[in-house]
Amino acid sequence: MVEPPHTEGSVSDQLLQVRDLLVQYHTDRGVVKAVNGVSFDLQPGERLGLVGESGSGKSTMALALMRMIKAPGRVAGGQILLHGQDLLALSEEQMRKVRGAKISMVPQGAMNSLNPVARIKDQIIDTMKDHDMSMSKTQMEERAAQVLEMVDLKREVGRMYPHELSGGMKQRVCIAIAVAMRPDVIIADEPTSALDVVVQRQVMETFGKLQDLMGVAIILIGHDMGLMAQFVDRLAVMYAGQFADLSPIRETFSEPLHPYTQMLINSLPSLDVKGELKGITGLPPSLLKLPSGCVFHPRCPSVMERCTKQVPMYQEVRPQRWVACHLYDEVKP
Amino acid sequence: MTPIMELRNVTKVYGSSGLLAKKGTAALKSMNLALEADDPSILAVVGESGSGKSTLASLILGFISATEGEVLYNGKDVKRLSNAERQVYRREVQAIFQDPFAVYNPFYRVDHVLNVPLSKFKLARTKAEAQRMMEEALSAVGLRPEETLGRYPHQLSGGQRQRIVVARALMLKPKLIIADEPVSMVDASLRATILESLRTLNKDLRIPVVYITHDLATAYHVSDQIVVLFRGEVVESGETETVIKNPQHSYTKLLIDSIPWPDPERRWGQTKEEFEQELHSVARQATASGSRWMPE
Amino acid sequence: MATLAGTAAPAASAAGPGRLTRFFRYARRNPAFGIGLIILITLVLFSTVGMLFIDLRKAPYPLGTPPSKPPSWQYPFGTDAQGRNLIAVMIVGTQLTLRVGLMAGAIGIAVGTILGFVSAYYGGFLDGVVKWIVDVMLTIPAFLILVVIASTLRNFLTVESMALIIAVLAWVGPTRMIRAQVLTLRERQFVLMARLSGMNNIEIMFKELLPNVLPYLLAGFVQSVTAAILTALGLELLGLGSQREPTLGMTIYWVQKYSAILRGLWWWWTIPVIIIVLLVVSLALISLGLDEWSNPRTRRAA
Repeated sequence: MVEPPHTEGSVSDQLLQVRDLLVQYHTDRGVVKAVNGVSFDLQPGERLGLVGESGSGKSTMALALMRMIKAPGRVAGGQILLHGQDLLALSEEQMRKVRGAKISMVPQGAMNSLNPVARIKDQIIDTMKDHDMSMSKTQMEERAAQVLEMVDLKREVGRMYPHELSGGMKQRVCIAIAVAMRPDVIIADEPTSALDVVVQRQVMETFGKLQDLMGVAIILIGHDMGLMAQFVDRLAVMYAGQFADLSPIRETFSEPLHPYTQMLINSLPSLDVKGELKGITGLPPSLLKLPSGCVFHPRCPSVMERCTKQVPMYQEVRPQRWVACHLYDEVKP
Repeated sequence: MTPIMELRNVTKVYGSSGLLAKKGTAALKSMNLALEADDPSILAVVGESGSGKSTLASLILGFISATEGEVLYNGKDVKRLSNAERQVYRREVQAIFQDPFAVYNPFYRVDHVLNVPLSKFKLARTKAEAQRMMEEALSAVGLRPEETLGRYPHQLSGGQRQRIVVARALMLKPKLIIADEPVSMVDASLRATILESLRTLNKDLRIPVVYITHDLATAYHVSDQIVVLFRGEVVESGETETVIKNPQHSYTKLLIDSIPWPDPERRWGQTKEEFEQELHSVARQATASGSRWMPE
Repeated sequence: MATLAGTAAPAASAAGPGRLTRFFRYARRNPAFGIGLIILITLVLFSTVGMLFIDLRKAPYPLGTPPSKPPSWQYPFGTDAQGRNLIAVMIVGTQLTLRVGLMAGAIGIAVGTILGFVSAYYGGFLDGVVKWIVDVMLTIPAFLILVVIASTLRNFLTVESMALIIAVLAWVGPTRMIRAQVLTLRERQFVLMARLSGMNNIEIMFKELLPNVLPYLLAGFVQSVTAAILTALGLELLGLGSQREPTLGMTIYWVQKYSAILRGLWWWWTIPVIIIVLLVVSLALISLGLDEWSNPRTRRAA
């Protein structure tokens, strides 16, 4: 068991608390541990980044937070506390009221899954209808127009169809759908990976503006460290279904603690030094059969004997800095 | 010395050849480009989607033909190559694509993409020789042949699949490589490895590389020269170092400012308002300008 | 690299199960397909094994046996008013009806494959013509045309000519389906890769595109056969079939013509109806199963 991480403030200040989350997929070849004991807190209005290679479990975790894991997968343990209420203990009917209204999501590739034959505003209104039957038709129309404006689109876009919009606009429509019920948390899974740099920046700035406007907390999932550096307050680095590292973003870059984070940062191109690019050798482990001890040890440059046998504790080695690595065993307070 | 690949005044218009004579859109306008083989360099072609960079790649690879102008391979128009010459051109100009899954036929094992060119271009005399060549190429890009050969594409990771494509290019010993967004769908951890192998192809095997991307940061790292495309036209070109450190055209500046720097201390270049004004003025300039759009 | 890839299969099963094994595994998971296949195999066995026990030259034809006998040990399905042994008629009829369907379906799918491939792959003028013809053919009432052709040739109809007549229209559906498949496939990047690997158009069509169309071809073939059988039955019900051969449809035609229902000869019509229903249902189930198999969106996760 991992100690629940504490950031500053008392527990009740936290918007979202995740404790020892386990998500498993039962396949013919065995149990895939897609999320393997993740714990973290999210404060109201915080921007949390989540990076990892494909297959590291970041998208699975997003789905688990929404309670949208489908068979053969299931949440095998842990707690997801939103305002202190455990989402995993809710009935499906109760969860339906929370989903979208309190915790919302822009799924991966959402911009390509808009309904091609429905007008934009109707797609926004549909989401609202799912949750709140009390609003009149005009109220809902008005709210749809408002959220479009909030994501920097004109109200007229509501009357258009998805094929009339550019990629960046479609992605904003997806964001509008996600915020239509004014949630407290938005999870954005790779919201800009299909977009060009210029549009990518506009979309991220839309997210930033929404946050100022609504105070919504954002969990940004991606693999672009540059985007994370520009946007998030804290960054979690996920590896093989676990958090390797969780630190305030400035400290992640100025002094990365986990060797994997160090390698990720070293592999980044920068405009200051034009020179060798350093890749990370090796491949992530199969989630069917995780390595013994520390899951990162087969690729770790600082591997020690202990790493092959003993699972490192995920612990706060410095204030606000959580790491799962034996290199920091001694500095444990 | 004739350049290995030359584009002379090439314009590509899509959708103009209908019976109803629809008005086509020009994806590329009066493009001139020459790639030298004796001083092989990496040329980065940078631009957003719709800038014409993929059209440029398709023209060089001979997948589409130019509406106007000529595409010359070793001084010969690629439209007028004989069958034998065409087969040589096919072998010598190779590509690495963006999507490391789509390039594999799901029906076949991954060996297929390595096997077919070896037999079509008659590069291996025996099965054993072909096998040895495939294994060598895979090892050269850091893959274990026994873990990759015989697998179906969906059984490998994206990074492994992309490295097999790089291995394929390596194995065919081409004279020119077009890398069309080779890392935009690959995990950050592998990005550097693949870009590094592009550099190896260029520096060690002395193969000119055209690196097509929307990411100026990697373009800066990898390339010697750079061409910035905007709506089918070259807006700026030159030595990479000069262009990136001292961009002249406002569109190039905009692209550079849009890079999300992996450094929390260094924020996105401009405020949003400035940035949007910039975008609008760039678009206006482009529509207002005639055929050739010179840097400021 | 000390570890295996995250998503890769363990080395032991590197190649994965063979395509045939996967197909049969699928048949087991998809009960509709399995049941359809079992019914069809049973009918085929009934027909082929039955051929060994009957007098092919006499039993299924008029005056072969005493007329209007109810089912008995000697005539398990009874005999009709014209003295055909109905079990022999069913044995031969099942086989003839299947033969019409297979022939027409095979011609339809073969023509459809060639036209669909050439039209979609090369595009341009040829594609325009093919697309236009297909669109026109789809709007005209096909069955009526067949009725006209068949009634003109009424006195010369054999099982083979029936198949050819039906094939006149059987290629339209397959052409459209395969053209649509090839249109999306030819845009896939592996086609570009094949061109870079020195393959020519013919090789790309056969080696790169065709294997990916195979599941659709199989599903399309079963659909064509089903459609051809239904068309043949429809024409025969109107008496527009081979007058001499005891096909399933013609049996129903004779039932109507000799008012078998009014005369209380229940075995004359119940048994062929049951066999026709079994045949059509089995083909529909197989077709449904194959459709699910070839369409990844409806295919359940492996």
